[in-house]
Amino acid sequence: MAHMNMLQAINQALDVAMDSDPRVICFGEDVGGFGGVFRATSHLQEKYGKARCFNTPLVEQGIVGFANGLAAQGHKAVAEIQFADYIYPAFDQIVNESAKFRYRSGSLFDVGGLTIRTPYGGGISGGHYHSQSPEAYFAHTPGLKVVVPRNPHQAKGLLLASIRDPNPVLFFEPKRLYRASSGEVPEGDYQLPLGEAEVVKEGGDLTLVAWGAQMPIIEEAAEMAEREGISCEVIDLRSILPWDRDCIAESVFKTGRLVISHEAPLTGGFAAEIAAAIQQRCFLYLESPIARVTGLDTPFPLTLEKEYLPDALKVLEAIRASVNF
Amino acid sequence: MTRDTSSVHAPQFMTGDEWQIPTFALLRQDGTLHTGAEAPALTQDQALRIYRAMRFTRVLDERMLAAQRQGRLSFYLQCTGEEATVVGATAALRDDDMIMAQYREQGALAYRGFSIDEFMNQLFGNALDYGKGRQMPIHYGSAERYYMTISSPLATQIPQAVGYAYGQKLDAEGRCTITFFGEGAASEGDFHAALNMASVHQVPVIFLCRNNGYAISTPVAEQFAADGIAPRAFGYRMHVIRVDGNDILAVYQATLAARRLAVEHNKPVLIEAMTYRLAAHSSSDDPAGYRSQQEEAAWREKDPLARMRLWLEHQGWWDDDDERRREEQLRGEILAGMKRAEREPPPPLASLVSDVYDQVPPALAEQLAALEAHVRRYPDHYPRGAVGLSDGDAAKAGGQ
Ligand SMILES: Cc1ncc(C[n+]2csc(CCOP(=O)(O)OP(=O)(O)O)c2C)c(N)n1
Repeated sequence: MAHMNMLQAINQALDVAMDSDPRVICFGEDVGGFGGVFRATSHLQEKYGKARCFNTPLVEQGIVGFANGLAAQGHKAVAEIQFADYIYPAFDQIVNESAKFRYRSGSLFDVGGLTIRTPYGGGISGGHYHSQSPEAYFAHTPGLKVVVPRNPHQAKGLLLASIRDPNPVLFFEPKRLYRASSGEVPEGDYQLPLGEAEVVKEGGDLTLVAWGAQMPIIEEAAEMAEREGISCEVIDLRSILPWDRDCIAESVFKTGRLVISHEAPLTGGFAAEIAAAIQQRCFLYLESPIARVTGLDTPFPLTLEKEYLPDALKVLEAIRASVNF
Repeated sequence: MTRDTSSVHAPQFMTGDEWQIPTFALLRQDGTLHTGAEAPALTQDQALRIYRAMRFTRVLDERMLAAQRQGRLSFYLQCTGEEATVVGATAALRDDDMIMAQYREQGALAYRGFSIDEFMNQLFGNALDYGKGRQMPIHYGSAERYYMTISSPLATQIPQAVGYAYGQKLDAEGRCTITFFGEGAASEGDFHAALNMASVHQVPVIFLCRNNGYAISTPVAEQFAADGIAPRAFGYRMHVIRVDGNDILAVYQATLAARRLAVEHNKPVLIEAMTYRLAAHSSSDDPAGYRSQQEEAAWREKDPLARMRLWLEHQGWWDDDDERRREEQLRGEILAGMKRAEREPPPPLASLVSDVYDQVPPALAEQLAALEAHVRRYPDHYPRGAVGLSDGDAAKAGGQ
């Protein structure tokens, strides 16, 4: 075990992946000698050479198109999109190409070696275009896997699993936690399972679900609720697609109450999918309506960012309302 | 269809190296003209308007970067080194021609008379900011100054400029659009789409590429393999000129001629201005990680402000006293403006939901009502959001 922050853990995961498999290639805007604007790819070019870690020209659709081709050819393409807000020029390559490569060819060809890493989320005074959480757009696309880690330990294990998974994976990195989140991380090579949620804290009165940067928020809310005598079960979804219904349903069978939180806007956010699926599974066990605590149905603001964000106080209010329903 | 060309009967490849694109330059660094060069017809008033805007931009950038370092601003981004490119091009336009910029073009606004308060209100995202405190600092916009509000996603404004200019062509009022962008942004698909559409539809648009050597850390050698951006125009059969971007007279003259082609003949033009980003990419960046101090120093020797100032002195239009007075006056005005902007309240809570559509949809109005109730309940936790809500209400709600 070593103590490190999330960026260091991501950097280590990439290092381990490149070291253990010469077919792993990392690229994107500024990721080469500079090591990325957040330094997630630091020293990789030094260590593995310019052919395996390099700067691309500034063109996201090109980066992902190139990555699709490289993956189809049999390499493990790990592409960085500098901010999730800038992934949209590559939307076509991801949604129409990465996601459908295998299906349309009847498995003659696939881009399973593709992983797209991208920092997402707010709380860093980034305004409209350095704050977005676009996971729901991609969750609407069969053929993709969507993964979001909550801390350094998770980031390393989930990223290694994503790179090695035989399907294209979008790996959303909570940039607010890049340096803010630190902890013990196992040395060397290990993987954490994709598609499986994790119960972070057990509780009996209410189930709280989130992922990525929203995890510390709901954990804080759970502590506040605890002081009021409400015991929350806290679950990290970890994978948005495919997602672990069984884990959430098991918890809701026990608690009868569910609050889901994400930073992205309410309408069409991934909480909606969870709420629909769980009310179907757990209808007779529910003691109160499933609640969502999310961003507003607006673009992401700047000066009033704190007001916009679904913080622990807002989650606490939702917990109280659910319990007092 | 392609043009009629002769045919050959053995494979013959071309690389484009047969085209040599010269750099248009008028002014030497010592403020004298190159041999055989002729200065454009600029009056003293015009020349000083240009220089004042360039100087303003330089001082604004210095002051605001310092303010960012003091923690008064969340972010800043300088135009430093590129003032001649931005201001020179703007000066060659009509003041009601449209500008669709990338983000490093505050000099254009300065030239058009955007006031210190207008700059500051945007930078501090207060209630008086036209953008209502929604975007990061330097994302200016001004309908009055024909300056489209900045959008961070790169290159998106380039095809938009083509559409805007097409509309201007239909309206036939003799106006055009200029769009600024970096050589990095020119790698985006939007750039290529824009050039092609402009050429196919013969649109009065000027594409001005600031080739400043870097896209954040990425040097031009890793951005493109060709001789800069200019040769791309050939692929679209578009007029193109490369100009010394630190030469105010050359940038002005080139843009003046480009504007004539655009407005009088509906010919789109690509201008590649060769310049250098003297500052870091932004306040979040440290260039020590990717370029040498010697390289920076060499470019500092080519400072566009120093060059123009020497030319003005040769004309007898400017001297050391003018310079000192201007500098002191600007520092004082900017500092005072900064203090005024910091004292303004934040935008009201309701501004979170306005302008998403022309009217606030009912579901969003409900979200705002819930948020207002929440902020009333915890006013101390949301000091900005609580500002617009009345104290009485807040106290009452907080005591519940
Ligand atoms: C679509 C998109 N991708 C990535 C970014 C992140 N980004 C912001 S500025 C920048 C470099 C731009 O370089 P260039 O166009 O040369 O302009 P300069 O900053 O040198 O003026 C990058 C990669 C972005 N804003 N938009």
